[in-house]
Amino acid sequence: MIPIIFVMPIVQLIVLVHAATFEMKNIRMVVVDNDYSSTSKKLVEKFQRSPFFIISNRTNSYKLAEEDIKNGNAEVVISIPENFEKNLIRENKDKLQLVVNAINGTSAGLINAYSISVISEFNKELAGRNGKPAAAIISQKQINTFYSFWYNPELNFKTFMVPGILVLLVTIIGFLLSGMNVVREKEIGTIEQINVTPIKKYQFIIGKLLPFWFIALFELAFGLTVGKLLFNIPMVGSLGLVFFVASIYLIVILSMGLFVSTITNTQQQSMLISFFIMMIFILMSGLFTSIENMPSWAQTITKFNPVAYFIKIMRMVLLKGSGFAEIKTEFFSLLFFAFTMLSLAVWRYRKTS
Amino acid sequence: MQEETENIIYVRDLVKKFGNFVANDHLSFEVKKGEIFGFLGANGAGKTTTIRILCGLSSPTSGEIKVAGFDAFKETEKIKRNIGYMSQKFSLYEDLTVTENIRFYGGIYGISRKEIKVRTQILLEKLKFEEVKNTLIKDLPLGWRQKLAFSVAIFHQPKIVFLDEPTGGVDPITRRQFWEMIYEEAHNGMTIFVTTHYMDEAEYCDRISIMVEGKIAALDTPLNLMKEYETKNMEGVFLKLARNIE
Repeated sequence: MIPIIFVMPIVQLIVLVHAATFEMKNIRMVVVDNDYSSTSKKLVEKFQRSPFFIISNRTNSYKLAEEDIKNGNAEVVISIPENFEKNLIRENKDKLQLVVNAINGTSAGLINAYSISVISEFNKELAGRNGKPAAAIISQKQINTFYSFWYNPELNFKTFMVPGILVLLVTIIGFLLSGMNVVREKEIGTIEQINVTPIKKYQFIIGKLLPFWFIALFELAFGLTVGKLLFNIPMVGSLGLVFFVASIYLIVILSMGLFVSTITNTQQQSMLISFFIMMIFILMSGLFTSIENMPSWAQTITKFNPVAYFIKIMRMVLLKGSGFAEIKTEFFSLLFFAFTMLSLAVWRYRKTS
Repeated sequence: MQEETENIIYVRDLVKKFGNFVANDHLSFEVKKGEIFGFLGANGAGKTTTIRILCGLSSPTSGEIKVAGFDAFKETEKIKRNIGYMSQKFSLYEDLTVTENIRFYGGIYGISRKEIKVRTQILLEKLKFEEVKNTLIKDLPLGWRQKLAFSVAIFHQPKIVFLDEPTGGVDPITRRQFWEMIYEEAHNGMTIFVTTHYMDEAEYCDRISIMVEGKIAALDTPLNLMKEYETKNMEGVFLKLARNIE
């Protein structure tokens, strides 16, 4: 059991952080250049030099380019119209077409943002040379994406993901271990022997909670170390604050696990319920999809999601260096959940059926 | 008043229903202090249900039940202070050692560390368990485990100990030793409430009650019952009773 508890998070941290990254490198771009001018070449060169893009194909037929997207050989098409250079010089403006494969909305948004940043840089250069503004851009299937690059200037998604994934690991370990625990004693029958003693209900629940609390806190420390060593994640804020919040957060999660454990009769039931709850918590935690982009009813639900609070706090403290004052709303919400869930678990545990 | 203190278990019209099913149908009996009270019955007759109610593990539907002077409806936690319990389901922690299990249960009853140490030593000597004191429970043979489970159940020196089929699946020699342990405790004033399937064991009890379909069909000393039903052993009594009902 001990090796599982400690090897699993390392493996997951390494795999998940690389897999769940939104970072886009090597975006394949098809260039449809109908202008063949030095300006259009310069623009294409600019894309080529960017670390994000590789030019996968050049053609002068827009149809062929579209085929590439359909066949999955490219993610984006840039179409430069005829007389692009001429119009730029004569009329000071022209239009470019950018077609992004938006099957995956998140990456489409990113591709769009990256492309626009390359083009606008190109624009500035042109303007600098000609002393006047240049090309305007129209992009099809435009998605309004605003990425805040503050506190993560290199747009390094690993540093963004690690704190969140650590929360997940601690949550999963804590929830599953505590969720299986009391129900396991029901299955093997030792719970009867406990229930027939004069032990107090809160004593029992706290006794069950403490070992997992220590394991999970140790696990967090362990994960942070791995994150620092492997990904060099920033730790701007106070680690003491992180652990202080974590100690409250874990009471929420472990109490929920124990609550599930007291209402079920077999480990299978407990597993199913735990997974169901965790899936919702994790998918709505803001780790993989940002909460701001959710519909408002879903945002309301996330107000009851402790995972979302802790991920937010972890990011704020580790990446931004927030102090207690900035996270106190989230912190007191967690404190409230901890109190409620712990009381629920104690209340629901029955010594007499 | 004398009578009151002697009846350590007092049950009047105990009824326990699970939905429409009546598991215990108006049971009435008393158990005296220091008595070995046998509780017999076929599988599903309702023995375990009764034991669980007396131990405060299950709430009765109606009736008047006092265990060690406490009410089985309202004072279950006080009852639990005064009883020991050993269930048919094996109840020690298999992944803990012998001494760890003793220490754990001793701790729950609030016995001091020092006292636990002293009593553990005496217990290990008595059971001749010194060699296996650091062995995991799962590595012990069943008979040994049952003897240890009994010792742990009475480790806090309760007034009453409830044994729910304590010798199920145990070999005759160990059963014999087990009953010697029971006799010793009874001799020291502990009340023993025991259910069993083995009719020879029934004859070891001071008094026995035989349950059939949720009711008490007979309650007396083994000798009187054998006389009344004109048989030579308890097995005969049991069979006659079961047949009568049918």
